[in-house]
Amino acid sequence: MGMKKPEDVILFKNNKRIDGRKSDELRPIKIEAGVLYRADGSAYVEWGGNKILAAVYGPREALPKHIQDPRKAIVNARYNMAAFSVEDRKRPGPDRRSIEISKVISEALERVILTEQFPRASIDVNIEVLDADAGTRCAGLTAAGVALADAGIPMRDIPVACAAGKVEGKVILDLCKEEDNYGDADMPVAIAPLTDEILLLQMDGHLTYEEFEKALDLAIKGCHIVSELQKKALLKKYERVLEVE
Amino acid sequence: MSSSVVPSIKKDFIYKLISEGKRIDGRAFDEYRSIKIETGLIRKAEGSAKVKIGNTQVLVGIKMDVGEPYPDSPDMGVLTTSAELIPLASPDFEAGPPGKEAIELARVVDRGIRESEIIQLDKLCIEPGEKVWIMFIDIHVLDQDGNLFDASLLASLAALYTSTVPAERFELGENFKLPLSKDPPISCTSVKLNNAIVIDPVLDEEEIADARLTVATDKKGDIRAMQKGLSGSFTIEEVKKIIKASIINGKKLREVLNKSIRG
Repeated sequence: MGMKKPEDVILFKNNKRIDGRKSDELRPIKIEAGVLYRADGSAYVEWGGNKILAAVYGPREALPKHIQDPRKAIVNARYNMAAFSVEDRKRPGPDRRSIEISKVISEALERVILTEQFPRASIDVNIEVLDADAGTRCAGLTAAGVALADAGIPMRDIPVACAAGKVEGKVILDLCKEEDNYGDADMPVAIAPLTDEILLLQMDGHLTYEEFEKALDLAIKGCHIVSELQKKALLKKYERVLEVE
Repeated sequence: MSSSVVPSIKKDFIYKLISEGKRIDGRAFDEYRSIKIETGLIRKAEGSAKVKIGNTQVLVGIKMDVGEPYPDSPDMGVLTTSAELIPLASPDFEAGPPGKEAIELARVVDRGIRESEIIQLDKLCIEPGEKVWIMFIDIHVLDQDGNLFDASLLASLAALYTSTVPAERFELGENFKLPLSKDPPISCTSVKLNNAIVIDPVLDEEEIADARLTVATDKKGDIRAMQKGLSGSFTIEEVKKIIKASIINGKKLREVLNKSIRG
């Protein structure tokens, strides 16, 4: 969004998108659970050209003490981009964009985690974008969902995210870089797949109400496909453990 | 540091093993953990490498930009090395600006690369005094189980040797391979524990160690850089012993590095 489209970029032609996908097709996705040694739970997600690691620490005592909540655990997600993950090197450390993304992801995760079981604790979710290629917050939240499950954090559901958007008047699923830069709308959505509750919803660009309905429907369908991949990744980890034993 | 309680409970156990000539993971005192190097993982980076030493994992990415040279070296490219100990990698790492440990790590790696002159900075000059290539080595620790020094230098080297200068992106002609000389320094870190010297410490050993010594050696087995750390001391004999072990293990590490950058 926001960038002016060069004349020679065609985003949608003959029912095909710029990277050859159909309008309701996801990019290739690979999910692996339990990839780090030190973390209590972890996950690695490759989604198109995105490469993302998530690590969960906790529940552990929330420090400094004044941030503790005597009624429940605090959920502290931290979205961070590696300096080398983008075209022009990003200065290390949080910027306004990553602070906002961290906040909305924390809130989305807090809804599914049974925080009331761990008063005064914190559950820390670290999301590291190692290679960025549009849709990092959705891929990051999806990785965080698997890492939380891997850490054995009690949850109502495993949260999952996927974006929908619009290019050249067409509603499409899971925007790639060019579609994100030159398209008309981008709408990341996170849900709890058992109930289809919306945990995260953002949008920028321009959608009619009808287009919004279509995009939301598409994003939720995308979430359900990714949700299956999340569960498969977790199952695979335990198959691996059983084989070793 | 919440987790330093655990090593003090384990300390007696590790000490007892050491006095019996054993280590917690069953290695010999002069035995390195298994090493795995993968290169070219990050598409957005000019070069990248992930190094696994046992359970320790470090990812290094190289980015390049065009900028002004330093006034005292107008015809040389600029090299900057940073390290981030992100909270993903350890329960003890906290978010925020780099602390003492991250800065020491970045500087030791930077010195190893800069002083060995493997990067031909004069070939990274575009217009003397005006425009040069600025190179960023970013060390991203992913999983901390000890010996970040060796893992970070190894990952930085593997990333450098597989880097391409993105000249096309800046409309400066064709992309070209980063000009490097062939003989990088390889570092080996040892620590002193209960008066024994062990190489390539795991985190539990590192946290109860009295002293640490990193020795970088070149292909010929000459010493190129050293860094002593922690508050304990070494005898002269111990230092000599560590240097000898570093030369032997440096050879093995060099083979692993060469294999990873050839492909």
